[in-house]
Order: sequence, then structure tokens, then C-alpha cells
Amino acid sequence: MELEAAKMIGAGIAVLSLAGAGIAIGNIFSSYLTGAMRNPSAAQKQFPNLLLGFALAEATGLFGLVVALIILFAF
Amino acid sequence: MATNPMAQFEVHRIGPEIRLGSIDISFTNSSLFMIISSLAILLIFSLGSKKNSLLPSKIQLLAELSYSFVSKMISDTAGLKAKPYFSFIFSLFMFVLFCNMFGMMPYSFTVTSHIIVTFVLAFFVFTGVTVIGFMKHGLGYLKLFVPSGVPTLLLPLIIVIEVISYLSRPISLSVRLFANMLAGHTMMKVFGGFVISLGIVGGWLPLSFSVALTGLEILVAFLQAYVFAILTCIYLNDALNLHH
Repeated sequence: MELEAAKMIGAGIAVLSLAGAGIAIGNIFSSYLTGAMRNPSAAQKQFPNLLLGFALAEATGLFGLVVALIILFAF
Repeated sequence: MATNPMAQFEVHRIGPEIRLGSIDISFTNSSLFMIISSLAILLIFSLGSKKNSLLPSKIQLLAELSYSFVSKMISDTAGLKAKPYFSFIFSLFMFVLFCNMFGMMPYSFTVTSHIIVTFVLAFFVFTGVTVIGFMKHGLGYLKLFVPSGVPTLLLPLIIVIEVISYLSRPISLSVRLFANMLAGHTMMKVFGGFVISLGIVGGWLPLSFSVALTGLEILVAFLQAYVFAILTCIYLNDALNLHH
């Protein structure tokens, strides 16, 4: 196979990790909303944890994006 | 501007070339934006603390709000023992925040979108936390790698995993910030390119998306500075309060 084509396919596969990040972010926000609806008085206190979880989950997906960019531009 | 979405991350030399031996230490646009963000922080806090009135002006309010925000974050995550490290975490948070925010201005340069900048920041945090841990607990700090309540049979495996996860802290801390900045700014440039290529007829859709994306990126810029600072606090908590 052509090396250039293989690089493109590899980068495309690496970006699939963002699907996991999407699932994770949806999961975090849905859990937060479920919890907040059940106990609204405790919701405000957990807001920093929500943001932390969102950022951590998004970052793991972006690691895959970095791998894709390294494949495309660094090799 | 170039059509390549990665062109915004290029480092240019500003002014003459300065060499120290074989190392190029010329003044670049990256150093310019670091200086701009540091000066902006200095300006805000010197103006904010010049006239301490009971009824704060807007700029004093900004300074006080960010002070109490970081102070609360440290006491919530790392406890009272972390108070002496307030100034370090505060400057770290403000520097990352201002670098991210200045990067949001059109035609500016995002300092934190370069892995070497974030890696140096994260590496200093990692080294500092390790040194503090060994100074406070001596060799007892190695107990960090032995979680309590693990069966003896699993212990060799767990220790190896813990050591690897400890050593990968500076990498994950730096790559998280760098990847978020890189991905966000690339995405904005790509959608900006769609506006131009679709022209006046179809360009409205990517344009409105671009506006929404700018809002999201400002949120991410704040959030990543927050996460960087709070993870520093969590690492510091590990070093200060061992197995609390």
C-alpha cells in the first residue's frame, strides 16, 4: 500500500477515540443532571467536580487527536 | 493569512537573531505573548490592589474574585497545609489562563498550544511535588505507590502500575492543556476556512457555528487553566497529606 494512504487511514482511525470522549461527556452531564434533579440543594457544590470530569474526559479523546496529528505532520 | 489551519502555530523570530553557543534564544512571537500576558496580570493586580476601598472598583473586584477563587480551590482540594504554596499555584493559574485567553484574540498567538511550554510548566510542578513529598515524609513518601487494602499477591503488579501512572503525570498534565488548545484553534481555523470557501450564499452556517465555537473555546480556555491548577493541587495533596 502507498505510505501516504496508510498514514491517512491511520490518522482517521486514531481520531475514532473522540467517539469515546463524546460518550464520556454525555455520560458525565447526564449523571450530573440526574443527581441534580434528585437533590437540587447539593447540585451547586458538585459543579466544580462536573467541570473537572468534563475536562478530564475531553482530554482523553484529544490525546487520540494528537496521535492523529503526529501521524499526519510529524512522520 | 495562509490557508493552512496549522499556520497559526508557527513561531516567528521578531527582531535580530540571538545565539548562545548553538542554542537559538532569539525573541519570538511566543516570547512576546508570554510577556504580554505576564504584563497584563501585573497590571490588573497592581491596579486592583492600589486603592483598597471597602466598595471595590471593577478592577479591584476582578483581583479579589480571582484571589478568593484560587484560595478556595486550594483549601478545598489540598487542605490547610497547602497554604504556603498559594502564590505558586495562583501564578500558575493566572499565567495559563491569560495565555489561553490572549490566544483567543484574532491574529494572536497561543503560547500554550506548544507542547514544550506546557511540558516545562508540568515538569516543574512534577519535580516540585516530588521534592516536597520527599522532604516532608523522607523515604516514607514511597508509600504513595503502595495503596492500602490491596491483597499481597497483587502488590507487585499494583506497584508497577502506580509508579508508571506517577511518572506519566507531567506528560498527561501537559498534553491535556496542549491538545485542547491545539484542537480548538485548529477547529476554529477550519470552520473559518469553510466560511470563505462557501462564500456569501452558504457561508452563514459555518459562520454561526464559528461564533458558537468561539464561546466554547473561551469556556475551554478557562476550564483548562482551572484543571491545570486543580490537578497541581491534587498532586500537592498527595505529597502533603500522605494516606489521609
